[in-house]
Amino acid sequence: MEAAVFVFSLLDCCALIFLSVYFIITLSDLECDYINARSCCSKLNKWVIPELVGHTIVTVLMLISLHWFIFLLNLPVATWNIYRFVMVPSGNMGVFDPTEIHNRGQLKSHMKEAMIKLGFHLLCFFMYLYSMILALIND
Amino acid sequence: MSAPSGSPHPAASSRIPPKLGGAAASGAAAPAGPGPGPHQQNGPAQNQMQVPSGYGLHPQSYTAPSGHYSQGPGKMTSLPLDSQCDDYYSGLYRVPTQSVVTPNTASPQPGAQQMYGSVPPAPHVVGSTLGSFQGAGSSASHLHTSASQPYSSFVNHYNSPAMYSDNSSVAAQGFPSTCGHYALSTVSNAAYPSVSYPSLPAGDPYGQQMFTSQNAPTVRPIKDNSFSGQNTAISHPSPLPPPPSQQYHQQQSLSGYSTFAWSASGLPSTQDNLIQNHTSLATANDPTNPVADTLSCSVMQNVQPPKSSPVVSAVLSGASSTRTPPAASRPVEPLASVARPSELLQQKGMQYGEYVNNQASSAPTPLSSTSDDEEEEEEDEEAGVDSSSTTSSASPMPNSYDALEGGSYPDMLSSSASSPAPDPAPAPAPAPAAPQPSKTAKPFGYGYPALQPGYQNAAAPLNSGVPPGSPAYSGFQQYAQQYPGMNQLSSSLGGLSLQSSSQPESLRPVNLTQERNILPMTPVWAPVPNLNLDLRKLNCSPDSFRCTLTNIPQTQALLNKAKLPLGLLLHPFRDLTQLPVITSNTIVRCRSCRTYINPFVSFIDQRRWKCNLCYRVNDVPEEFMYNPLTRSYGEPHKRPEVQNSTVEFIASSDYMLRPPQPAVYLFVLDVSHNAVEAGYLTILCQSLLENLDKLPGDSRTRIGFMTFDSTIHFYNLQEGLSQPQMLIVSDIDDVFLPTPDSLLVNLYESKELIKDLLNALPNMFTNTRETHSALGPALQAAFKLMSPTGGRVSVFQTQLPSLGAGLLQSREDPNQRSSTKVVQHLGPATDFYKKLALDCSGQQTAVDLFLLSSQYSDLASLACMSKYSAGCIYYYPSFHYTHNPSQAEKLQKDLKRYLTRKIGFEAVMRIRCTKGLSMHTFHGNFFVRSTDLLSLANINPDAGFAVQLSIEESLTDTSLVCFQTALLYTSSKGERRIRVHTLCLPVVSSLADVYAGADVQASICLLANMAVDRSISSSLSDARDALVNAVVDSLSAYGSTVSNLQHSGLIAPSSLKLFPLYVLALLKQKAFRTGTSTRLDDRVYAMCQIKCQPLVHLMKMIHPNLYRIDRLTDEGAIHVNDRVVPQPPLQKLSAEKLTRDGAFLMDCGSVFYIWIGKSCDSNFIEDVLGYPNFASIPQKMTHLPELDTLSSERARSFITWLRDNRPLNPILHVVKDESPAKTEFFQHLIEDRTEAAFSYYEFLLHVQQQICK
Repeated sequence: MEAAVFVFSLLDCCALIFLSVYFIITLSDLECDYINARSCCSKLNKWVIPELVGHTIVTVLMLISLHWFIFLLNLPVATWNIYRFVMVPSGNMGVFDPTEIHNRGQLKSHMKEAMIKLGFHLLCFFMYLYSMILALIND
Repeated sequence: MSAPSGSPHPAASSRIPPKLGGAAASGAAAPAGPGPGPHQQNGPAQNQMQVPSGYGLHPQSYTAPSGHYSQGPGKMTSLPLDSQCDDYYSGLYRVPTQSVVTPNTASPQPGAQQMYGSVPPAPHVVGSTLGSFQGAGSSASHLHTSASQPYSSFVNHYNSPAMYSDNSSVAAQGFPSTCGHYALSTVSNAAYPSVSYPSLPAGDPYGQQMFTSQNAPTVRPIKDNSFSGQNTAISHPSPLPPPPSQQYHQQQSLSGYSTFAWSASGLPSTQDNLIQNHTSLATANDPTNPVADTLSCSVMQNVQPPKSSPVVSAVLSGASSTRTPPAASRPVEPLASVARPSELLQQKGMQYGEYVNNQASSAPTPLSSTSDDEEEEEEDEEAGVDSSSTTSSASPMPNSYDALEGGSYPDMLSSSASSPAPDPAPAPAPAPAAPQPSKTAKPFGYGYPALQPGYQNAAAPLNSGVPPGSPAYSGFQQYAQQYPGMNQLSSSLGGLSLQSSSQPESLRPVNLTQERNILPMTPVWAPVPNLNLDLRKLNCSPDSFRCTLTNIPQTQALLNKAKLPLGLLLHPFRDLTQLPVITSNTIVRCRSCRTYINPFVSFIDQRRWKCNLCYRVNDVPEEFMYNPLTRSYGEPHKRPEVQNSTVEFIASSDYMLRPPQPAVYLFVLDVSHNAVEAGYLTILCQSLLENLDKLPGDSRTRIGFMTFDSTIHFYNLQEGLSQPQMLIVSDIDDVFLPTPDSLLVNLYESKELIKDLLNALPNMFTNTRETHSALGPALQAAFKLMSPTGGRVSVFQTQLPSLGAGLLQSREDPNQRSSTKVVQHLGPATDFYKKLALDCSGQQTAVDLFLLSSQYSDLASLACMSKYSAGCIYYYPSFHYTHNPSQAEKLQKDLKRYLTRKIGFEAVMRIRCTKGLSMHTFHGNFFVRSTDLLSLANINPDAGFAVQLSIEESLTDTSLVCFQTALLYTSSKGERRIRVHTLCLPVVSSLADVYAGADVQASICLLANMAVDRSISSSLSDARDALVNAVVDSLSAYGSTVSNLQHSGLIAPSSLKLFPLYVLALLKQKAFRTGTSTRLDDRVYAMCQIKCQPLVHLMKMIHPNLYRIDRLTDEGAIHVNDRVVPQPPLQKLSAEKLTRDGAFLMDCGSVFYIWIGKSCDSNFIEDVLGYPNFASIPQKMTHLPELDTLSSERARSFITWLRDNRPLNPILHVVKDESPAKTEFFQHLIEDRTEAAFSYYEFLLHVQQQICK
């Protein structure tokens, strides 16, 4: 059972890593002027909810399976994701707003955020991997 | 420019000249009246002289130098400056300002007219203009020279005014002297071939020049000495010319020359005279009096002969026997030089005029010949020139030395060369020489480098051994100190100048709490960057391009320390009276950063230039070597692109993604019951009918109409129909176009149908009962209609959209209007309008919103459609065509402007800045497509932009930074054009310098923009706090830098003394005020205006101007279009200034108030208002009657003058002291206390308290 939880988490984590990389690539494309803000933001906004859902699921899963440490590790990031999503002003087109992304260093902060998430997911990935192997051995 | 041979635009050259030339030529003509051509221009010319037409009239800018010289010294004394150039040039401020001030006058003149960018090039003008232009060029080159030798150059200016004056009768004064330009330049043209570059020692008739240049390198150190020697000489009135000069024979003439000039000036008597002249001239200086010129003339003449002539002649003889003939003319020059300093334009003008006259008379033949010349003719000459030019290029070094040591020397020579001109025989030959030397004097690109030694290769040798700047500096200061006379001069000039703020002045600590009258009597002008004067002259007009800090801090840390915002304010598409338009097959740009070539690049040699933004070295294309203005070859630095910081290129097909679009206008009109009730349709249709022919466009112009209530109505105007056909689409959930191609029709082919429709439209819906408004679907339909072409959609809306996509709910709670706490709903309620705007923007369509509503209509949401599609927003609260006539009138006038103003389609604007700086936030109406690219579906002349900057890398290895905006657009005639503005600013390393260069108005406007963003993204109270903190932080930061001064009060640098006042004004502005009942839409509209108004208009909105108008006099009046416009002093915005027996005019930008005191002089009421007494003045009065009395005339001409050049036509409200409308008026008195806000003094105390915390 525990192994199944971690296998799922591992897969989910892989997806999140890919998503983070995708975010980074798209944002840097925008930075380098390869795509315009409009298409960049519509691309990214599409994936904000999947990311949020994917991460929340893992977090909840960890809570349910009573892995407190991993749950607490995931909690701040999950909260941040939800907070960010909820706090989008009504007039904006999503977390990434093409009209504002170039303002006030937003692009940079988005980039930074994506980087941090990538690091975090990588960390989680190895943690899940380790836990999964441990669980499989224990089985 | 177009190639010599028949390029598609033979007129290309003519295009440019008209602008510069117009001014120059006319100016020239006035005093000299030499040739037949010039003669015609006499009248205008005079005007021109007095009135530098605002925009970069280069000729005028030339004037500037003179001012500099004189003022420079004065300033210097007062300032023990660290920053070399900074202090130095402080004097310059006035000049530009002057030019700025008077634009109106200039425009009417024929000369000026030629410059209009839009005006097709007048081929016939070419000859003359060319000449003039060249003159300009040469003068510019002068500047370059001086620039190129930073160290010596200062000295030179001072000690060698003579030179300046000579040759630059041209350079020095734009106005009268222009004639000089004219003559000279033309001559030069003619003589061109014969002229050899100074760099060629042998070839030059003026061997001395050559010598100097050659010797220069070796002599250098000595020269410095000589300079100092000269200085001392100067300090002691007795001329000590010989020492230096003797030592260096070749130079002798030069140095002697200069010293003499100085000594002459040094003579007390002369000085006195000069001063007197100056003072007398001071008034003369005013653009107003044509008389002044003549006066100054006579004066100068009187003065000159006695003193100058003897001295000069001696010098001359010393200099060279050949020169003797010129001596006669020379006497004038030294004097002139003296006068120069005084910056008496007219004086110089006169002198020059005289002098020039001589030249002109001698020159006429060459002149006429040149004027007739076509480009082709010049080709031969080019060839001749070519060789010489190449040689010159071969020996750039000497040139640079030359420049270093005294570019002025060559100038002198050139001047001397020019001076001989009077002699009929020698004239042709020498005359050409004059301009020539100057050209050489500006070694390609050396000029700038001089400023920043590190910057350029060429500069390096120059500096060798000499610590940069220091020599010049010391020399400079010496001058200043030694020359009290100069100080006096400058101080007397101070009165003259529009803005007397100088560097030191701007740093003077002001105790705000003790300074009662902080507001100056005259309008505040933009500070001028402390650049070397050549650069300054070339720099972009502050009207188009302004930076909040005219001294850029070296590092972000320094910027953070100063606590001042760093950013740019742009007005890129401003209506210009003079704009060089360049047609060229190749537009020269940097290969790596794509910067357009501009006056601030440096030419390493003739074939290469170094980008001033990324420092890449680029090749100069072959075509660029030919200068169509001078019709010469091998002078890339003389090309108009390099001589003007604002230019417009006609772009080739490389700059098009598709064929240029036609002008397309679509009107989307609300015809619901509410709209019909308000009655705007009548006004709109009427305006459209009147202006149908004036809509900008060409034969392809298309126009269309849509109306909507709960359904959408299209109008088929296809040519051939007997009457307009209305097509109704009631499916608003899925809008479609009923016919694909007959809804937008050619304006000319279907004109009759369009007129029919416009006549019928106001009455078509009179009985409508439809109250709903399906704005969203209508906009979607409009988008579909426009997307194939792009263009402009004008939306007229009178209520909250209530149907279909984009419907909005009322969000305003009237009870919260005067809340002091939270103001909600400043942001949009839905992203529908934003998305639509972005879609439109992608299809090159801009949406302009006219909101005429009596109730809340959620402008915050609706405005998005314009904000992101680069449209504009007009708001007419409680509009009704009969109940609110003033709004109706305003709509009418706004529409007239809106329909007829210039427009650019499918535009993009890119802002570039020197490596190390980066832009991070943009303000205005546009969509930021990529980091530095703003997508502007439409651009209009009333749009302003702001950009925030940060310093990413330290700027220690450069002394100048540049900013360039390039606006690529399709003109209404289907031409793809690029308008390029380049601004150059110095970099400073000390905090004091940063404060000295602060531009308080620009800072306030940028802060206002930032505050709008903050209040939308965060909250209004946050934004208000941030504004107050901006003052507190910057003043406390400044306070800590001057901690040695013992002050109890609130200390601000003089440059920022208005900062607290303006911030207080912002806090009381509709956009940011709290505690006063403000409707949400009003507030949002004020925010929209802050975001998209250019600085000039925004400042009026933030801090209105108050004048007392019941006692207008002609004192200090200016002349505009043959009208006398009185210039009453500014009053501070406080009720204490309102006396009951007076009448006051408040200029709030978009509205004027005339407040009539209870016991106002009955003469005024009778003469100006046309009523017998106070009691009989009606409550609502929006016009001043045209009475045939002097005071009425004055008042009206003043108000008309204020109204000119406003995008929003201000309506006039006459407010009686006791009328209820007076609260409207009193709310603008921002220095007074209100229930909810501080008075100015309280605010200061509050700030002080915060600082002490």
